[in-house]
Amino acid sequence: MSERLSVLIAEDNAADRLLLSAIVTREGHRALTAADGQEALELFCRERPQLVLMDALMPVMDGFEAARLIKLAAGETLVPIIFLTSLTENDALVHCLEVGDDFLAKPYNRVILGAKIRAMDRLRRLQQTVLEQRDLIAKHNEHLVAEQRVAKAVFDKVAHSGCLNAPNIRYLQSPYALFNGDLMLAAYKPSGGMHVLLGDFTGHGLPAAIGAMPLAEVFYGMTTKGYGLADILREVNAKLKRILPVGVFCCATLINLSFHRRVVEVWNGGLPDGYLLRGGSNERIPLVSRHLPLGVLEPAVFDEKYEVYPLLEGDRLLLLSDGLLETRNHAGELFGEQRLLDLMAANEQRGQLFDEVQQALSAFRGETQDDVSLIELSLIEEARSSPLTFSNDGNDTPLDWSACFEFRAETLKHMNPLPYLLQLLLEVQGLRSQVGALYTVLVELYSNALEHGVLRLDSSLKRDVQGFAQYYGERRERLARLEEGFVRFHLELRPEHGGGRLIMRVEDSGGGFDLAAARACEQAAEQLHGRGLKLVSQLAEKSDWENDGRGVSVEFSWSAQA
Amino acid sequence: MEAEYPVLLDTFLADSEERVRLLAGALQVKDAQLLRLTAHSFKGSCSNMGALSLADLCKQLEDQSERQSFDSAAVLVEQINREFAIVRILMKSERQRFRG
Repeated sequence: MSERLSVLIAEDNAADRLLLSAIVTREGHRALTAADGQEALELFCRERPQLVLMDALMPVMDGFEAARLIKLAAGETLVPIIFLTSLTENDALVHCLEVGDDFLAKPYNRVILGAKIRAMDRLRRLQQTVLEQRDLIAKHNEHLVAEQRVAKAVFDKVAHSGCLNAPNIRYLQSPYALFNGDLMLAAYKPSGGMHVLLGDFTGHGLPAAIGAMPLAEVFYGMTTKGYGLADILREVNAKLKRILPVGVFCCATLINLSFHRRVVEVWNGGLPDGYLLRGGSNERIPLVSRHLPLGVLEPAVFDEKYEVYPLLEGDRLLLLSDGLLETRNHAGELFGEQRLLDLMAANEQRGQLFDEVQQALSAFRGETQDDVSLIELSLIEEARSSPLTFSNDGNDTPLDWSACFEFRAETLKHMNPLPYLLQLLLEVQGLRSQVGALYTVLVELYSNALEHGVLRLDSSLKRDVQGFAQYYGERRERLARLEEGFVRFHLELRPEHGGGRLIMRVEDSGGGFDLAAARACEQAAEQLHGRGLKLVSQLAEKSDWENDGRGVSVEFSWSAQA
Repeated sequence: MEAEYPVLLDTFLADSEERVRLLAGALQVKDAQLLRLTAHSFKGSCSNMGALSLADLCKQLEDQSERQSFDSAAVLVEQINREFAIVRILMKSERQRFRG
C-alpha cells in the first residue's frame, strides 16, 4: 500500500543518524542524511524528499529554523516534519508541533517511528489529494465560467434582437438573469403591435439557460412571420417538451399587444399573477395563471386558450417572475404578494408605479435586486415596426400573377392563414417596405371576415368591458362549433410603371353587414373596439367596400426602385 | 540492522570520544552554552544506545550548565569520563563478537 518515500534525516549526532537511517531503510524507504540545519535545507531543495526527520538542536542552523525554511520551500505541498528530540519541557514540545507536524522523543523506538512515518504519509497523501481536487475544481470552474460567458454572448445576440428598449416597455432584470432561468423577450409584430414574453425556467445555471435559446428562436421567428399567440404557444410548448428533460420546464406569460385593435391577449402558465392596471380608474385585473408551464404537456393536450382584454390609453400591464415575491430582507422576511398589492392600491400616478415598485424593493432588500425580473408595458399610439430581415434579396421575383385562396371551416378553426399569405406577399420586394401596413390590413380584413362574416358576431357587444369579454367568449364558442363557411383572398399582382400594384379582395360566406351602421357604431365605440375599418382606409392606398358588405377590395402600389 | 550494528558501535564510540573531548574543552573555557548543547546531544545518543547512566549524567550536566554552576559541572564531567570509560570497554567487547 505505502510507496517508497525519500526521507531526509537531519541529525548532528553521527550515531543517531546511523541508527535512524537504518530504521528508515528497514521500513522500506530511502534515507538521505544531513548533519546540520543548513545542510538539511540544501539537501531538501536538491532532492525534494517527501518526509523529514529533524533533530531540534543542531549546530550551524537549528532544527526549528531549518524546518521553517523547508516548509517555505515546499510551498503548498505538505512535507511532514517529525522533530527528533530529547527535550521534555511542554513548551519545547508544543513548539515542535507548531513548526513541524509531530515529534519523536529519544531514545528512538523503531516501531513507533515506523508508525509515525506511515501516519505522516497518510496526512501527506490526503493533502496532496485535496490540492489535486482543488486544482481540478478550479479548472472545471474556469471551464464552466468560460462556457457560460460564451453561452451568454450567443444568447444575448439572439435575445436582444428584440425590442425590449421600445418606448412602451420598462423592465428590471439582472445581467445574470439567464443563469437564474429568467427570460424576457419582446418583438414587434409585422402589424406593428408586439409580443412580449416573460419566462422563468426551472433550475439555475446552464441547465436553466439552455431552453431559453430554442424558445427565443421560435418566439422571434414566428412573431416576425406574423403568427399569433396560439401558434407560438403551441410551437414553443411542443419544442420544449421535445428537447427538455423531464422536470425542466418554463413558467411563462405571453402577451400580445395590438395597438391598432386596442386589445391585449394574455396567456399565463405558472408565473405569479401579472396585472392589467386601468389608467382611468383604480381597477386592477389580475392576469392569473390558468395553465401548466410550457414544456410540460404533450402537444395533444396543450391548451393555448388565452384571455382577451380591451386596452385603453393609459392602461399598464405589469408582469413579474417569482423572484420579486421571494425577495428576502435582512431579517429573512419575504417581500410577498401583499406588499405588491399594497403598492398598487396606494399608487396614484400609473406612470410612477414601476418606479415605486423598484424603490420599495430596494428599500426592502437594501441592495441590488439580483433575481428580480419585472416588466411594465403600456399602450402607445405610434407603434414602430422593426425592419424585417430577409434571407434573399428578392430581386427576380415574378410580379405578374394572381392567386385565390379559400380557407374553409376546418381550417378557420385550427389555423391562422395570415402568416402564409404574408410570406408569399413578402417575396415581392416592393411590398417589403410596407409590411406593417400590409399585415395590419390583412389582420383587420381577416378578423372582420371571420368574426362578423363567418361567425356573425355583433361588434356592438364590444361597447363595454363586460360585453368585450362576452364577445371573445362567443367568438371562441362559435368557432369551435363552426361547420361551414369560408374566407377568400384574391391576390393579384401587376407590374406598373416600373413598379407594381397589389390588388387584394377579401370575401366571406357571411350575410354581409350594414356598412353605414358599422361605421357609425365604430365611431361611437372607438374607445373599446379599435378602429378596424377606418384603419384599413388609412393604411391601404385604396379601399373599396362592396355594398352588400360581403367583400372588400384594397390596393397597395410601389414605384420603381433605384 | 544486523549488518550495520558493528558500524553503529564504532560510530557511537568515535562520536562519544569527540563529545567527551568537547565537554572538557568547554569546561576549561567556561562556555556554558557549548557545555549544555554538547551534553544535550550526548544525552540523546546515549539513551538511544541504552547507556542509561551515562544519559542521566549528561542530563544533570545539561541542567547545571543552564544554571552556569561550573563547579557542579566539573564534577559531572569527571563522572561522565569515568562512566564513558566503562561503557567504552563494554562496547569494545561487544564489538569483538563481530570481528572476522
